[in-house]
Parts: sequence; structure tokens; C-alpha cells
Amino acid sequence: MKLGLLYSRIRKDEKLLLSELRERGHEIVKIDVRKQRFGLDATTAEVADCDLVIDRCLATSRSLYATRFLAAYGVPVINSPETAAVCADKVKNSLALEAAGVPTPATEVAFTKEAAMEAIEGFGYPCVIKPVVGSWGRLMAKIDTENAAEAILEHKATLGHYEHKVFYVQEYVDKPGRDIRVLACDGEPVAAMTRSSDHWLTNAAKGGETATFDLDDEAKELVATASDAVGGGLLGVDLMETKDGEYTVHEVNHTVEFKALNEASEVDVPAAVVDWLELKADVADEAVATA
Amino acid sequence: MTESECVECGGTVALHDDLEIGEIVDCETCGAELEVVDVSPPVLDRAPELEEDWGE
Repeated sequence: MKLGLLYSRIRKDEKLLLSELRERGHEIVKIDVRKQRFGLDATTAEVADCDLVIDRCLATSRSLYATRFLAAYGVPVINSPETAAVCADKVKNSLALEAAGVPTPATEVAFTKEAAMEAIEGFGYPCVIKPVVGSWGRLMAKIDTENAAEAILEHKATLGHYEHKVFYVQEYVDKPGRDIRVLACDGEPVAAMTRSSDHWLTNAAKGGETATFDLDDEAKELVATASDAVGGGLLGVDLMETKDGEYTVHEVNHTVEFKALNEASEVDVPAAVVDWLELKADVADEAVATA
Repeated sequence: MTESECVECGGTVALHDDLEIGEIVDCETCGAELEVVDVSPPVLDRAPELEEDWGE
């Protein structure tokens, strides 16, 4: 297949993918989105004869718009702009999970400090405040006291970008020092790992220790449902275990990083992803042939 | 193994053979993050600063 790879930075994840694709003899067009222009009916990006384009943009904003343009040109793109739009925004993400019946932490959004303070008091301490757009665990706060709540809200309202004035407040899930990251292709798990830390944030990007994890049937079903809820694709589904022995899904990621998972798991993650990309390219070709 | 020059400090940066355009490498002399802008021969530039909506 001829595969376009949208990027602005080549991380280890992209190197793993590129290496696997080249080993299999696929033609690759690397497309640095920083150098491209996207018009209403055409682009400078060399995507016209790609069987499939995979979006690996590091920046969510670029990912959202570049995939939207490619889809408008009729170029098959992974992940779809619809999936990207839901996953990029924690509010849309939470609403999609809730609508699909996937257990997800109780969440409230408020637009003023006063209303946010009421939401925080409603949850009680500790609770969590997150930016609606962002990743790697940045700018997230576990709020333990009223004084801390007041300070954080004041800082966000005064110093933040306008998106930080959308206060996304969530119940604190007292997880057992770890969360679970599952990489899934259209809801089918490829591999899973735990990310453990003494800190309340257990992200791999925050230095959480990783270990392979065997998903039980309940978790597999939740991953499939959560994937469908956001529109499917190549996704990172994040779950937490609750004190009641249940799972709760706090987030689905759309330009998922998998280098840590590849090291923690015995599964050859890039190989599994490329297997799936080949299938998607075949499906896209058939769709063009029958159109 | 190949090498290039750090645009920040002028030091020599050792580079792996499987270098990719768009990859980020660190200068071991000054610690600067550098972006690979060409591979044959390798050319390095300052890497863009971390932005708020980066990563997953």
C-alpha cells in the first residue's frame, strides 16, 4: 500500500511504525504538516494517490484540522476527524462515554470560578480539575482543600487560555496506584499495560512504571464499547480500577503513543498496528472500486 | 553512526544510522533539543518548543 504519514515530529512511536511499514515493502509518504497548506478543494500535501493516510500529528489542533481537510478531499484517514474531535476534547469524550453506557468518572463543567467552586464543593475533597484539551498529564490538579481550589481557579481564570476558563471538574477515583492503558484497533485490544506510581498521576509520560496487563472479559467489552462511542479507529483507552472492583473509563486517546506499551508487552505492537492498517487500506480500496 | 554539528553550541552530535527527518535528538554537550531537518548529510536545527496541545 501507499501510506501517507502526517507528522510534525517523529517520535519513537513513528519510528517503530515506519520501520515495520518499510520492512513489509509499503510505500511511505512522510508529510510534515508544518510545511503544508490546506485549501477548500486541494492541498499541497501529497495525499492524492495514498491508499490510506495515518495522522500522527503531535499537536491536537493540527490533527483536528488536517484530518478534517483530508476527509473532505475523500482521502481515507486514520483516525477519522470525527473520532479526533471527540477524543481531543475531554467534554466530548466524557459525553460520548456516558451516552454509550460506559462507566466514566462523574464530571461537571462550569464556566465561572463561582460555579466551578460549587461543583468542587459538590464533589468534596479530593476532586480533580483538568484542562479540556491537553495531555501527558499536564495542568491537571488534585484538589485537596478549599484553599487549594480557590487558588487553582484563580490562576486558571487569570493566567489561562480561554479554554482554561472552561472548568472541567471530576470526582477523584481512588485507584490502586495504577491505571490501565489499552491500545485497540476498532475496539479489538492489541495490548494492555498498567501504569503505576506513588503519585496520583500515573501516566507513562509522568514516569509511571509500566507492566503488561491481561484484560478480562469485562475490560475487553468496555474497550470495544468505548471505541465505538468515539467513532472507532486506532485508539488508546484509559481505564481505572475502582475500590468496588469495577472499571471506569476516563479517557480515549486518538493519536495514541505506544512505545511504552511495546516495551511492557510481549506483543509486537507496531506489527499489529500495521496488520490493521493493511486491512483498513484494503477496505478503503474496495470502497473506491465500488463507488 | 554519523554525526552533525549542534546549532546551539557548535558541539558534535552523534547520530544513529536510522535517522528520520522530523526526529528529535539531544545535544550531549549543551542539552539542546534538536530537530533533524535533513538526513543526507544530517542537518540539525533547534527543535520547536513544547506546546500545550502536544502529546497523548
